[in-house]
Amino acid sequence: MPAESVFRALGPADQTVQIEFEGASLSVPAGVSLAAALLLSGVTHTRESAVSGRPGAPFCMMGVCFECLVEVDGQANCQACLLPVRAGMRVLRQRGAREFLADGHAEEGADE
Amino acid sequence: MNKQTVDLIVIGAGPAGMSAALEATGHGLSVVVLDEQASPGGQIYRNILQADARSRGVLGDDYQAGAGLVAKFLQCGALYLGNAAIWQVTPQRKVHYLIDGRAEVLQGRHVLIATGAFERPMPIPGWTLPGVMTAGAGQILLKSAALVPRQPVLLAGCGPLLYLLAVQYLRAGIAIEALVDTSGRGDLLRAWREIPGALRGWRDLLKGLQLLAELKRAGVRHVRDARDLRIEGQAQASALSFDSGGRRWTIPAPLILLHQGVVPNTQISWSLRLEHDWSEQQLCWIARRDSLGETSLPGIFIAGDGGAIGGAQAALLEGRQAGLAIAASAGKVDSRQLRQRLAHYRKALRRQRAARPLIDAVYRPQQQNRIPADEVIVCRCEDVSAGAIRQHVALGCLGPNQTKAFGRCGMGPCQGRLCGLSVTEIIAEQRQVPAAAVGYYRIRSPLKPITLAQLSTETPFTQEPL
Repeated sequence: MPAESVFRALGPADQTVQIEFEGASLSVPAGVSLAAALLLSGVTHTRESAVSGRPGAPFCMMGVCFECLVEVDGQANCQACLLPVRAGMRVLRQRGAREFLADGHAEEGADE
Repeated sequence: MNKQTVDLIVIGAGPAGMSAALEATGHGLSVVVLDEQASPGGQIYRNILQADARSRGVLGDDYQAGAGLVAKFLQCGALYLGNAAIWQVTPQRKVHYLIDGRAEVLQGRHVLIATGAFERPMPIPGWTLPGVMTAGAGQILLKSAALVPRQPVLLAGCGPLLYLLAVQYLRAGIAIEALVDTSGRGDLLRAWREIPGALRGWRDLLKGLQLLAELKRAGVRHVRDARDLRIEGQAQASALSFDSGGRRWTIPAPLILLHQGVVPNTQISWSLRLEHDWSEQQLCWIARRDSLGETSLPGIFIAGDGGAIGGAQAALLEGRQAGLAIAASAGKVDSRQLRQRLAHYRKALRRQRAARPLIDAVYRPQQQNRIPADEVIVCRCEDVSAGAIRQHVALGCLGPNQTKAFGRCGMGPCQGRLCGLSVTEIIAEQRQVPAAAVGYYRIRSPLKPITLAQLSTETPFTQEPL
């Protein structure tokens, strides 16, 4: 899935941790933000627009643009650029609008 | 559960926030500093404590200068709380925040908003494509994760940060495909002639010119007076095309970093319903405050770039000044000491601010990159184009707040941070009225995403007494 990243690390990482993105295991430097880790791993887009499906990717890296919203361990609307990576983190792209109810009552694409 | 009240809550640990904490603790005040980052420094000194020698060398002297400040701050007795997301500040000086996934609230006798600046949006065709980021984002990746572009990178726009990042990349051995500059040599001469007292700004201007000279020596392709910028690509950025020197250029690059200056982060001050004025000089909103930084809400202060863009040195002084004023209002500073120290800070501030009108004029962002063509997406959260906003105006929409009802513009998760200034200017141009007459979004909490579970389990701040 991940393509070759447009970024590379200046030097080798002292420590790495394993995280999961869209079901694939990624080895990333410890101590960096989740957004930096995903960019380095060649993840080209981290969310899909609630309106058009347009792919979104980390843009400002400082918590302003909310383009890097992802789902982390079942929690939606996490700003990947402000979240330090943690071993075992399970990350999914944020797709479309959030469902209001987490259980079976909500229908897919309920905002349509 | 003990409900503590602290003398001062500082929001943000950049130069303004840290120096305010230093001043206030020096006068015996209890201070808590809430910061969105994991360690102090703000954007300018981001990650300074962790950066290794190589990174510090690449980032340069102005960055290294932050190490001493951060070390002093960490020893000053203020309680630093990192990774804190502030989602509400009330006029009664209660600050609500998320930390480690929990919601907490803290009452302050005074609050200092030192939230700094973020980059002005640069809405050009294609700017929403993956592979396009801000220059600030590139610099944050360098500072916080030592990440650099794998292939030659293209930088586009204007302003000192763009040149600084180019030089930092050069020092790191990174190839620069091109520096596509939307400003030109004429801008400097014009500004020099038009701004009274411009000569006082020569020192700051020289810094910029030295950066440019370094780029020239390294043979970086620097194209000036670029117009009609467009990012090419289908699912991913592949090139930047633009007009310059009477012809159309197309320069391929997989990573394009945009920048056209920085603007105050006014999210909290708007949410507090403070008065804001439109600055024609800086093309942004500026919260109204007195000469010490106090807003129209008693006990709530603003210092640094979050008030008006003045740079790190001015932010340091404004932080000191606000910290002093707060200590004085708490009865911790006698009037003679107050007068003496204030006079000292004011004199230094005047010197720091002298260069600003010139810098603002030289790097004034082009109108076409602020008020874009119809096709360009302005609100990235809700995919609203400039053309759609103009249609709203034709239907009677008077200002940014109404665009929400007309087409959801500004209603996404970023709450207008990234489109607000563009929307104000687009509507003002379309209505042919000043930006001040158009206004801004009505910003409401929660300023950061919070779950109902977190909200329902909010607890008062319960750290050890300071």
